[in-house]
Amino acid sequence: MRADLPEAAAIETRDLAVGYAGAVETTRILSGVDLSVGKGEFLTILGPSGCGKSTLLRAVADLLPPLDGQLSVLGRTASEARRRREVAFVFQDATLLPWRTVRENVALPLQVGKKSVPRSVDPRPDHWIELVGLSHLADRYPHQLSGGQRQRVAIARALQCEPDILLMDEPFGALDEITRERLNDELLDVWRRTGTTILFVTHSVIEAIYLGGRVLVLAANPGRVQALIDLTPLKDERGLCRRESLDVQETAAHLRQLLQQGSSTA
Amino acid sequence: MRHRPLSFTEAIGLPVIGALSLLLAWQWLVPALGIPGYIVPTPLAILRTLGIEWRFLLSNAIPTWGEAGLGFLLGNSLAVILAVAFVYNPRFQAAYFPVVLLFNTIPVLALAPIIILIFGLGMLPKVIIAALICFFPTLVNTARGLNLATASELDLMHVLSASGWETFWRLRAPRSAPLLFASLRISATTCVIGAIVGEWIGSNQGLGAVIIQSTFNYQAERLFAAVVLASFSGIVFYAAVAQIERIFRRLHQGQG
Repeated sequence: MRADLPEAAAIETRDLAVGYAGAVETTRILSGVDLSVGKGEFLTILGPSGCGKSTLLRAVADLLPPLDGQLSVLGRTASEARRRREVAFVFQDATLLPWRTVRENVALPLQVGKKSVPRSVDPRPDHWIELVGLSHLADRYPHQLSGGQRQRVAIARALQCEPDILLMDEPFGALDEITRERLNDELLDVWRRTGTTILFVTHSVIEAIYLGGRVLVLAANPGRVQALIDLTPLKDERGLCRRESLDVQETAAHLRQLLQQGSSTA
Repeated sequence: MRHRPLSFTEAIGLPVIGALSLLLAWQWLVPALGIPGYIVPTPLAILRTLGIEWRFLLSNAIPTWGEAGLGFLLGNSLAVILAVAFVYNPRFQAAYFPVVLLFNTIPVLALAPIIILIFGLGMLPKVIIAALICFFPTLVNTARGLNLATASELDLMHVLSASGWETFWRLRAPRSAPLLFASLRISATTCVIGAIVGEWIGSNQGLGAVIIQSTFNYQAERLFAAVVLASFSGIVFYAAVAQIERIFRRLHQGQG
């Protein structure tokens, strides 16, 4: 499936297959992906377990080479884009270094990768910490923070890369619902302010609808694209929607049905 | 059963009381049981010997400290270098790590005569024995510590395009530091043991030699004084390493 979008695409794939090339056999996790993500777009990705949601993000982040087909990130290969620091990743576990304070964690991107990054960014960790609302905790260590605060730090660290594309792999999956909803709003705010393209993997149908301009639904066994659904009709002029509204609930029901179909095929 | 936490005075005072009570019991029991002074001297007699023979004891302690210190540096440096080589060469590790573990099961006491046989009677064999005793625990601990970095931490470094060098200093080294220091603290005391064992077998100077000679000469007071000095050396070495660790941590926290 391929949706036609303006030519200024952040991510373009043609018949992309990703997986693990082993010495004995090759495991294809996701194949035949034709996708075009526009610059500044917020794309959410839903799918049953094992469909390759994370695998797709890992391919864009150059953590996994494509097995087949084409993948272009901002018109370059994933590896080039990574070396130019155009892509940042937020992991499910915040992956903060425990011996560093919040500020030192956010400053990590300024201290590594110096040789391969030709592009300069503003070294202003405090600005990004303020943007995620943690200025009062900048000198704390990760073990002194709650789960939600840790994810905010991880987001601030990703933003310090000033990426064109932000990849988020179930960043709020382990948080309670109240914290998750608050972080959803904060993330939308950050997205509007920075204009970053975001690819956001989630298990939550409501979260996928609330955040995304479009939602990509993947199916499992074998991993493939099942649907790509435009969510803008649900949103108001500020790009917001109410989680409880009838059309959101209807779309959620439709997505759940798709997910069920996608997980049962073998 | 739950106890209320110790107050500061108790935390300091109780160990002192414990040690003093045992020393007092020793001081009183040895004559009371009719044990002759040339078999077990009293604590006061040992203290007196330390006072009288301090020149002789110190001149023998210095070579032991030198051997232990050089062995500590040599053994631990080689262990850290090899641990890094293992982490970056999984095939090298697969080939040689089992051999290392096998060597580790040989008691140093059994190995010492072989090393004396090969390297003679000088200072070198003692340094080598002290180094050997430090080497294996540090190698195993450091190799384990360097591998503690999680998959997502390594992914993070990759996405940030960190070089191998940066990944090592910013991620693997700090991850392994607690384990490395734990084994450095252990080897601070064991390196003294290594040097003394080496001196037992073939030496006419050093605390180990004093221990052996005074045993054969029934100089119990000198023997005990040498043992006290050996134990004291271990404590000083340990305290020095603990202090270095504290400074290192403060520096590391300061700069991140």
